[in-house]
Amino acid sequence: MIVDLPDTTTSNVSKTLIKIREEGGAVALGRVLTLIIATRLGQEEEVIEAANEASREHPMRVIVVSTADPDHPHADAESRLDAQIRVGGDAGASEVIVLRAYGETASDEEGLVTALLLPDAPVVVWWPGTAPDVVSTSALGRIATSRITDSSSAGDPHAALLHLADTYAPGDTDFAWTRLTLWRAQLAAVLDQPPYEPIESVEVSGAPDSPSTVLLAAWLRLQLDAPVQHDLTARQRGLSGIHGVQLRRASGTIELVRDMPDLATLTQPGQPTHDLALPRRNLRDCLAEELRRLDPDELYGEVLTKGLPLLEAEEQGVAAR
Amino acid sequence: MSPVEITAHSNPLRVPTDRRLNRIAGPSSLIIFGVTGDLSRKKLMPAVYDLANRGLLPPGFALVGFARRDWENEDFEKVVYEAVKQHARTEFRDEVWRQLAQGIRFVSGEFDDDAAFERLKDTVDALDRERGTMGNHAFYLSIPPKAFPLVTEQLRRSGLAEQSKGWRRVVIEKPFGSDLKTARELNDVVETVFPPDSVFRIDHYLGKETVQNILALRFANELYEPIWNANYVDHVQITMAEDIGVGGRAGYYDGIGAARDVIQNHLLQLLALTAMEEPVSFDAADLRAEKEKVLKAVRLPRDLSTATARGQYSSGWQGGEKVVGFLQEDGMNPQSTTETYAAIKLDIGTRRWAGVPFYLRAGKRLGRRVTEIAVVFKRAPQQLFAESQTSALGQNALVIRVQPDEGVTIRFGSKVPGAGMQVRDVSMDFGYGHAFTEASPEAYERLILDVLLGDPPLFPRHEEVELSWKILDPIEEYWASHGAPEQYRPGTWGPASSDELLARDGRTWRRP
Repeated sequence: MIVDLPDTTTSNVSKTLIKIREEGGAVALGRVLTLIIATRLGQEEEVIEAANEASREHPMRVIVVSTADPDHPHADAESRLDAQIRVGGDAGASEVIVLRAYGETASDEEGLVTALLLPDAPVVVWWPGTAPDVVSTSALGRIATSRITDSSSAGDPHAALLHLADTYAPGDTDFAWTRLTLWRAQLAAVLDQPPYEPIESVEVSGAPDSPSTVLLAAWLRLQLDAPVQHDLTARQRGLSGIHGVQLRRASGTIELVRDMPDLATLTQPGQPTHDLALPRRNLRDCLAEELRRLDPDELYGEVLTKGLPLLEAEEQGVAAR
Repeated sequence: MSPVEITAHSNPLRVPTDRRLNRIAGPSSLIIFGVTGDLSRKKLMPAVYDLANRGLLPPGFALVGFARRDWENEDFEKVVYEAVKQHARTEFRDEVWRQLAQGIRFVSGEFDDDAAFERLKDTVDALDRERGTMGNHAFYLSIPPKAFPLVTEQLRRSGLAEQSKGWRRVVIEKPFGSDLKTARELNDVVETVFPPDSVFRIDHYLGKETVQNILALRFANELYEPIWNANYVDHVQITMAEDIGVGGRAGYYDGIGAARDVIQNHLLQLLALTAMEEPVSFDAADLRAEKEKVLKAVRLPRDLSTATARGQYSSGWQGGEKVVGFLQEDGMNPQSTTETYAAIKLDIGTRRWAGVPFYLRAGKRLGRRVTEIAVVFKRAPQQLFAESQTSALGQNALVIRVQPDEGVTIRFGSKVPGAGMQVRDVSMDFGYGHAFTEASPEAYERLILDVLLGDPPLFPRHEEVELSWKILDPIEEYWASHGAPEQYRPGTWGPASSDELLARDGRTWRRP
């Protein structure tokens, strides 16, 4: 069911929600969190769909706060709030409230959502596109327990990543890190097995617009304390994201390479070569993983604030030579 | 910079602060005996695929089938494919399937055929070379227990059980014997070939999320534990009801019965988890220690004639369907005295539970399919309310619904709106599916993964099996000497004697 509420207020939205619940007889209040999606006018649908699908794992209230791009000609339009409520089949296992704020209404994002937050439940904010300058102190970021950005959507993903490192606060997280989980799990599993030898050096390669590749390099640099080279060149294959990892140790090189979109090859000395499914993760999977744990991801913080600077410093050292 | 040391116990890429990485099973294979059976087709093979799809199996994982059929690897691959397509929980992904299919092998043979086990050994050795399974193999015996001695002996003779190169584990399913004596014999058979910590007894109930949640509910919360004792609890009812009959299992079921089939394992495990003290940790040893303590403290009432009840379903109409009675089932011995319904009353002799009876019941052809634990509390003193005001108020209860519709219900009294003070029962409901909508992993996924990881907390040890037979054996003996069970109509909640069992204590069964 979709209910449109043109030119309205959030208290009106709130009343309508209660009315819908009473009429529908839906008493299940099992929603475990509020997800706020901060996006731009006209770009709502893709992210709502991802949220609806993720709600199959985490029933939630989704509030989409949609505002005009400051550079957009409509930026100084008349002040007005249009709302839409979606429940039931149109909203997965969630209830979705879309708030389209025009003109000055958009200037107070926190005020827009306060009345609609679920009592006593964690708040997660997701910026699928451009994030505010410092996410943790931004209007929406302040009320959130967890803040999700996506550096790969920035014009210069690498610079975006460095900026995230400068402004990091516990509770921040980025999809570039989430996209890495399957890679990291495979690499960790390799080192679970003998021979137990230290890794002497590492090489990571990926597409130039892939912040995940940089984070993977930073993670390996931090955890293994070994020299890590990362190679961000556009290869002819035209594949996006991470291409491959090499871990070198005394007995030989472990290589995990993704040559085809969803399929990677794992090569280890003295072992048969394995194919393994390693698909690029979609928004739904990334979001669902982020929502699984809502406490700050300390490891991400360390990789970002310690691993990345180490990596950058050594890289510059190489360049200077 | 000095490269970080890596050992078997310290992997720098797997740190405690990493909240995202799942543990992936190490290189290994799963060898299923009885691969043509229902369990294998409907549960095991789909669970293996689901694990692969969730990225929890190693890249070189191998699945080997052993059965009498005259199949090639390709035929078996087709069987697995069909089973996965039909029964897997997660979506079918071609690249995952292709990866899994590379490791599928089939060995054809009888259990008494030495050459077949030689071929199995060759297959397993070849897997070590071709797939890098590193000598780690788990044998899943999805076969009748009477074949255990033969198969385990063959595994020993052919050297397949040798633990020198990697690990070898064996997985067995219930029934773990039919009484204390046979359970011990069975255990001796298995443990002469595999050391105790390599034997994984599957009780799929323990792999269920709701069952594991009993521990979280009780010990992670402050709310329940203070009242989880004889001061507040009046009694506990544990129910496992099925709406189906024995059907095609008639031959197996005769001589087994409801008590041996499910009370001995599932219901006593649920009792142990409900009644045990808080374990020191989630380690297998600590968890089992507490379960064993409480099972040891279980006391049977002196007079078994008033503390047990049993029945057999008769023929009749159930939910719009004409069903045949137990004794008329195809292939059933018409003189069978096997019970299809069993109810027993147990006491637990600990300080926590003194005077709190635990009523266990299990049966077939009952009102509906449900498994639940109901903790029923004592009635509050009601001097504030006149009797007419609380006539519709029952006892408070906390119900853990194990299946279906997993969740927890709390029943308590509330004022009926309107003038005057009338109190009536209402319920507060937590549905697993509302708070965590992701379909929870199948119990077998969790259990197979735990076998491959060598993680034993969810598997009962032989001591637990023995203790539960010690509880059940006297009851079975008593029943054996007391003729035929009472008949009950299908679709009801069991024979009249089971209602009398509670009525004698001034209680009634909950309608689940």
